[in-house]
Amino acid sequence: MHGRPRKPPTPEEEKANDIKASKLRALQSQFLQFHHDQIYTKEALEVCAKLVESNPEYIPAWNYRKLAVERIVSQLESDSESDPDAIKAIFREELKVVHFFDQIRKWYILVDFVYIVLLLSGPVWLTERALAKNYKSYGAWYHRKWVLRKGHSSIDRELELLKLFLEQDTRNFHAWNYRRRVLQLRVIITSFHAEIVLFGLSFFFFFSFRFVAPLKNRSDEEELHFTTDMINGNFSNYSAWHNRSVLLSHLLENKVEGYFPKEKVLTEENDLVHQALFTDPYDQSGWFYHLWLLNQMVKIETPLLVYTWPPPGSNLKVSVDGCLDDSLPLSSITSFHLKTGQIPVVLYFSEAVEGVNSSTITLESSLHDTNTELIWSPLSTNNSGRAQAWVTHLSFPEEKFHFSQANPIKVTIGHSEGIKSISGFTLSHPTYFEFIVYLQTTAPHHADLQSLDMITWGDENFHTYEVHPKESSQIKLSDPLKSCDDYGLMAYRWNAETITNEISLFRELLSVTDCKIGKLTLARLLTALDAMISYDKTLESKEVVHFEEVLELYSDLMKLDPPHSQFYKDEHSVVLLQQLTSNPESLLRHCYNYRDPSPSRNICLRLCNLSLSRIGSVEQLLWIQMLDLSHNQLRSVDGLEAMQLLSCLNLSNNKIGNFSALEPLKQLQSLRALNISYNEIGAHSVDTRRYLCSSPLSHTAGSDWNFGEFAIDGIDFTNYWEAFSIFKDLKLTQLEIIGNVVAEEKIKLFLVKVMPALRWLDGVELQ
Amino acid sequence: MICMFSWYSYRMGEELEAEKHVNYILSVEKKKNDFESVVMEHIRINGAYWGLTTLDLLGKIGAVDSKDVVSWVLECQHESGGFGGNIGHDPHILYTLSAVQILALFDKINVLDIDKVSNYIVGLQNEDGSFSGDVWGEVDTRFSYIAICSLALLHRLDKINVEKAVKYVVSCKNLDGGFGCTPGAESHAGQIFCCVAALAITGSLHQIDKDLLGWWLCERQDKSGGLNGRPEKLPDVCYSWWVLSSLIMIDRVHWIDKEKLVKYILDCQDKEKGGISDRPNDAVDVFHTYFGVAGMFSFSFKAKSVSHMQQLDFLSSFF
Ligand SMILES: [Zn+2]
Repeated sequence: MHGRPRKPPTPEEEKANDIKASKLRALQSQFLQFHHDQIYTKEALEVCAKLVESNPEYIPAWNYRKLAVERIVSQLESDSESDPDAIKAIFREELKVVHFFDQIRKWYILVDFVYIVLLLSGPVWLTERALAKNYKSYGAWYHRKWVLRKGHSSIDRELELLKLFLEQDTRNFHAWNYRRRVLQLRVIITSFHAEIVLFGLSFFFFFSFRFVAPLKNRSDEEELHFTTDMINGNFSNYSAWHNRSVLLSHLLENKVEGYFPKEKVLTEENDLVHQALFTDPYDQSGWFYHLWLLNQMVKIETPLLVYTWPPPGSNLKVSVDGCLDDSLPLSSITSFHLKTGQIPVVLYFSEAVEGVNSSTITLESSLHDTNTELIWSPLSTNNSGRAQAWVTHLSFPEEKFHFSQANPIKVTIGHSEGIKSISGFTLSHPTYFEFIVYLQTTAPHHADLQSLDMITWGDENFHTYEVHPKESSQIKLSDPLKSCDDYGLMAYRWNAETITNEISLFRELLSVTDCKIGKLTLARLLTALDAMISYDKTLESKEVVHFEEVLELYSDLMKLDPPHSQFYKDEHSVVLLQQLTSNPESLLRHCYNYRDPSPSRNICLRLCNLSLSRIGSVEQLLWIQMLDLSHNQLRSVDGLEAMQLLSCLNLSNNKIGNFSALEPLKQLQSLRALNISYNEIGAHSVDTRRYLCSSPLSHTAGSDWNFGEFAIDGIDFTNYWEAFSIFKDLKLTQLEIIGNVVAEEKIKLFLVKVMPALRWLDGVELQ
Repeated sequence: MICMFSWYSYRMGEELEAEKHVNYILSVEKKKNDFESVVMEHIRINGAYWGLTTLDLLGKIGAVDSKDVVSWVLECQHESGGFGGNIGHDPHILYTLSAVQILALFDKINVLDIDKVSNYIVGLQNEDGSFSGDVWGEVDTRFSYIAICSLALLHRLDKINVEKAVKYVVSCKNLDGGFGCTPGAESHAGQIFCCVAALAITGSLHQIDKDLLGWWLCERQDKSGGLNGRPEKLPDVCYSWWVLSSLIMIDRVHWIDKEKLVKYILDCQDKEKGGISDRPNDAVDVFHTYFGVAGMFSFSFKAKSVSHMQQLDFLSSFF
């Protein structure tokens, strides 16, 4: 029950209610009797009509009506001879609307033809009666749909009725949905008609969608005008804005005449939505539409390869025993310690893609047998087969290790089609990158991350890193504009210009109002512009980046709108990381040497005490092997799965609430030391990550788990299934888990069993 | 249980009137001749599920005779295998889920002819992957969720074309990140709950733009602390639940203010007679009592073991 005041009924009301109740009860049981006995007399139908009028949600009554109609129709059909006048009368009534139906009724089943007649005078009217009582009755609206589907002769009447409805109740989503359905039917019927006129009845079955498309476009266009009218009548109509976005994306996608070029349309739409936003900036309706428009301007449809590891042009020294000499002057970011005789190759795309495999990626190397297929794996926590980052592992045959010579490796991407985004777009242009591998075996003469010592994260172990002037963090691979034709470039420039104009417009708005969504929109516009500038090196405003302003906007928003402060904080974190990684200087300021003060050795990126609640810009950090994220407010480590070189990770003193939040770490094969101490694991009763990861709950894992093998002295470990699903795939030698609610002795016993390679737990060496 | 409530009273200075809500639920059950009960006669099985789950959450499921309930539920079954909203009523997928959920609540799924029930549901899947509600063919993403949830509880998810079912749900995704009842239909918190839950149960949440949807959902919270179901609508306890549970499933629940929401729900209690209403000072009903209590518990429900979770998945089996 909605919107009924809470007050005890007066004795009179109580009495009236009792009478109403007993009347309705009688009606309902009388009706059920008819329904069960399949009685469809006039009297029975009237009982049913009364019932749905007073209780339109009463589903059995609607079912009964449908049965009744079907029954009466089949009777009329079988003895149509007996009462020709009645049927004639019905036909006459109906002729004006069914002029083309009588040609096609053989196909369309005679029954349907007669339905129209009965239904128009009966049930449609009936649903109107019922809808007058309850605009939200699913049963009544569906009954109307059902009637329409059977007869659909009165589409114009329906649209007229809907217009009246929507004028009264502008947001009734039943009415909007029904309207969409009616319009769909109109398109189909009209296209039938067109087909018949042109080809005659015999072609009837072959009706193609040739006629549907243009009709659909015209219908969408008309409907777009309808939404314009509704919006102009009242800007605060989210339903109309929504419908507009659906219609317009269809028209734009099909490049319908008048809706191309897209830029022209988007300009007009911006103007329309500005009127709404400036009339009442505190009304949400227009803002969501505006966000959609913004997304139309910034989205790059085709996926791109944006980063790789190893970086293009880099030199790698690979050794079997975990040690390197310093004979070659390598940049810190491209020298790599390797024990396993393998290196990962990571491809990082602009969005999640599928189809990365040995046929879309080729590798040329003197060290490798090019006939062996490389296995590419998606780095994601879902089982969609799509990911933004993909990895393969290159192994180096033992016998080649003695050659300390340059081994060039060339990776070519996308020369055969197949790498596709979720929306079906193919990688925009083929590309390649090269790096050089030096293989060697050298006797160890200093400690490194993969050595046998326990990692300790205290400040005393870190030395400021001396920045080498030649160093740069990463090389951007693809310039999305490279592949643009003139039109693409023009559209791109237009978008950047439009966004610049939007920015000044909203700055103006915010000078007179403190509207939160306005601020958020400004932050989004600035971020979008920065992203565009970073792509287009020729844009004049290149040197202007807005990180500071955006960060300030999010800080403001946290204060202005406290209930959503965590949302703004998450956004703030993402932008802060973008700023930190935006150039090598600022990134290297956060780099330290662990223990060994010699440069280019054991570099640790320390991003501590930054109030980060979320991770971002991982694509810039693919080379990091040691990462300290302690003393932040992280709830999730999503994104870290792409950092394939990561071997030591400190997440202590964050807000990790459950084991399943660590799921991305399952992908990090080289992870050895993990610190998750002083988090909130076990402190929250609801695990909000649980549904996102592979688990028994999502029916994606767990059917083959056997907890029995870990049983110790009859302790039941089934409660640790989340810990199990994470740690069984990790090969940790060191773990700190102290300071979490969950970290009791029992789970420690369990973890030791699950990870046989573990050597240190909470700083204690295991026996 | 007791310590959980004292936690709230400590935090909020207010309490969930658990005992009064229990009494309210039990009293509704007795008032069969009330006008409200008569109007709801055709959805009695849904009402039973709401009431019984509320009792279960409040630790008082023992107050009802499970034998009576189970045999009544079985009497609502139609020869087709589906369930009606009451004895002798037409079967519909809406009622079938409630029947399955009630039986799961009492751990009595096995009294069913599981294949018969699941065949009824399987028979409602359409060529495009969508589900009809009953033989009359209304299609809605609510029914997709219901089918998927029922079959998961019955351990028969493999009997439908899950891939197509997911595809249909995804085709109802909107440009604002939300979902509607059919392709192109406006986003609505109830429909979003159904679609997100359907995707959660089938391990397909990657189909959702979690940040886009999360922002839309978290903006449903207004100054009152309550959440509405669509932009520029009034807050309501039932929508609060749907938004809240959707946010939990996509791991964005920290984007709303939980304490304010708890306060809103507590403000909707009838502190005298028990029960919870849609908005403060409105008339209470079982439906909102259930969603209010469920909302409170989603902040404090204890994680359970795998075996139990598979039996009754807390979040995604609520409706
Ligand atoms: Zn409600």
